[in-house]
Amino acid sequence: MSRYTVAVLVNNQFGVLNRVTSMFRRRQFNISALTVSETETKELSRITVVFDGEDVAKQQLINQLYKLPDVCSIKEFNEDNSISCELLLLKVKNETDTRDEVRSAADAFGAKTVDYSKGYLMFRLTDISRRIDDFINVMRDFTILEICRTGSVSLEKGSTTIRQNLNL
Amino acid sequence: MLLSGSDIVVKTLIEQGCETVFGYPGGQILNVYDSLYKYQNEINHVLTAHEQGATHAADGYARTTGKVGVVISTSGPGATNLVTGIATAYLDSIPMVAICGNVPTTQIGTDSFQEIDITGVTLPITKHNYFVSDVADLADTIREAFKLAKSGRPGPVLIDIPKDVQIAKCEYEEQAPVEKDEPFAAKDVRIKEAAKIINSAKRPFIYFGGGVITSNAQDEVLALAEKIDAPIGCSLMGLSAIPTDHPRFLGMQGMHGHFASSMSMHNADVILSLGVRFNDRVTGNRTKFATGAKIVHVDVDGSELNKTVNSACGLRGDVKLTLKKLLPILNEGTKSEWMAKVEAFRKEEENFLDNREGLTPRRAILTLNKYLGDNTVVCTDVGQHQMWAAQNLNFKTARRFLSSGGLGTMGFGFGAAIGAAYGIGERSVLITGDGSFGMNLNELATAVRYNVPVVVIIMNNGVLGMVRQWQALFYDKHYSNTILERKTNFTAFAKSFGADGESVTTPEELDEALGRAFNTEGPYVIDCKIDKDEFVLPMLPPGGCMDDIITKLEVKL
Repeated sequence: MSRYTVAVLVNNQFGVLNRVTSMFRRRQFNISALTVSETETKELSRITVVFDGEDVAKQQLINQLYKLPDVCSIKEFNEDNSISCELLLLKVKNETDTRDEVRSAADAFGAKTVDYSKGYLMFRLTDISRRIDDFINVMRDFTILEICRTGSVSLEKGSTTIRQNLNL
Repeated sequence: MLLSGSDIVVKTLIEQGCETVFGYPGGQILNVYDSLYKYQNEINHVLTAHEQGATHAADGYARTTGKVGVVISTSGPGATNLVTGIATAYLDSIPMVAICGNVPTTQIGTDSFQEIDITGVTLPITKHNYFVSDVADLADTIREAFKLAKSGRPGPVLIDIPKDVQIAKCEYEEQAPVEKDEPFAAKDVRIKEAAKIINSAKRPFIYFGGGVITSNAQDEVLALAEKIDAPIGCSLMGLSAIPTDHPRFLGMQGMHGHFASSMSMHNADVILSLGVRFNDRVTGNRTKFATGAKIVHVDVDGSELNKTVNSACGLRGDVKLTLKKLLPILNEGTKSEWMAKVEAFRKEEENFLDNREGLTPRRAILTLNKYLGDNTVVCTDVGQHQMWAAQNLNFKTARRFLSSGGLGTMGFGFGAAIGAAYGIGERSVLITGDGSFGMNLNELATAVRYNVPVVVIIMNNGVLGMVRQWQALFYDKHYSNTILERKTNFTAFAKSFGADGESVTTPEELDEALGRAFNTEGPYVIDCKIDKDEFVLPMLPPGGCMDDIITKLEVKL
């Protein structure tokens, strides 16, 4: 089992996300993370899918995506050819005896304190998914109140773009 | 020209070359029906008894003609009644455009009367669907739907049109019918790879499916078989593409396939698979399926390659164009040893043929064969009769055998037979069972009303035969809910609907009845009484392999 990141450029139209996720559900693809965002053109949206599975299932996922008329372009990323990152907001209890430890762990990960009160601390961390996992694991030693993370976004390195790939 | 949305719908259908459409009116599609009234000299609408029958008719029309079948319904229950027909077309890759009315846009999402989210419902059973919220998009959406339905791997497309969009006015300008996307051959590098594998084959087998019919590649398949000296088999969906009496053709293979066809495929070292998708009814246990063979797989839909079985070489492309490029680089060769082995399988198969006297299923189909012209379309429903038809019909021309292969829809046949008769303008035949016929027999009213010449042969055994067969073999003969115990008199039923019909119990009676049926102007129903314990053989048990094939009935019933 491996982890794959696939970027999909789709028509920016009502219901397109539903078409894509409906296909994932119907064919039981195991999606770990999915982000949708606007792009440099208002006609297109970008979906970033993180998928765990075998290579043959990943290929099937890509082939099935190609069949959706609203899909304009697909690109598969790996660690070498792309930059990926994810955003985390984490709320942890603010307790006198652990406060210093919590803050130094956050410093070590480069997490920014975005809110502070007597009752809680909120951190923001932007990093690759694995580093975010690590940070959360460290924070589990303290009292985590709430977590929200976005799922991965990825861009290819170099000057080429996914739009140059409009080969469908 | 300034037209209402509903006029634009009908004008665009005419512009796209639709001559006959099927459907059923209702509240939210009234405007389109008003436009159909207005343009009735340019487009023919066939009113069925139920929307499901209309989808199957549009499907049957599409299967026989290769054109896009069109079905029209109202919102809510009208739209949901299309679902089985759309799914049937989806699983068998049939080009279809379904048009539904819906409540006005201002009421969408408020659960108003007869409102249903039909684009949501049909998402997984259409190639694509549209909700048209602006009349300005209407004509182009319909054009795009036609293009999608027939391009690449064909399939159904649904268009949902709210009532206010049907009423709104917009400029309409007639355009030429849309062309399907230009078909393409597989990549040269893949074709070379495939040629290498095929050229090294000692025991090649050609296995084709519905994709060959869609791409009209039967001549290329035959040329290929001749050049490399290979036998040919097919899936249920491939039937009728190659004439049954062609010396290289071994028939359908799979769960109830011809013994020689299945055995040859099992013993092949290279299986050249054309426009097929290796459905479980074909492969049985996939881990034991043709283990000694390299599979070369050609399909226009790339997602079919390596989906269920791994191929040594996968070629994404149109079957016809790909074979045209492949043929010149294949070595000519004779495989006399292999062909002798195939011939031995064929001889062995003859031992299993059912030659009993009396009105056996096989004898019934063989009797029907005498009446079939080159152009007669035969439709089936789903169950034992479907397999008996697939095994014993004498196919002559492509697109003349219609059966619900992928979805296995009981009740498909009558609508399809009506659509087929419209498609070719000739008499069609429906082979059905008393179970399947019971599902959509209301369409006899349609056939009577329009005087559609459909010969209906009900293989009447009083049971749900295929399920019963499984119960006999795998469920300790617990005939749970498969004994119908109905008191239906099909002859009286036919007469009450305004058709004619009769009941037969011997092959001679069937022969005479067919003589009358084929000379009747409208529909004719033949109630063909067969024994409830007839089996479809051979049978590859579900999840089994060729070693498990059942060729003779050894179960005591």
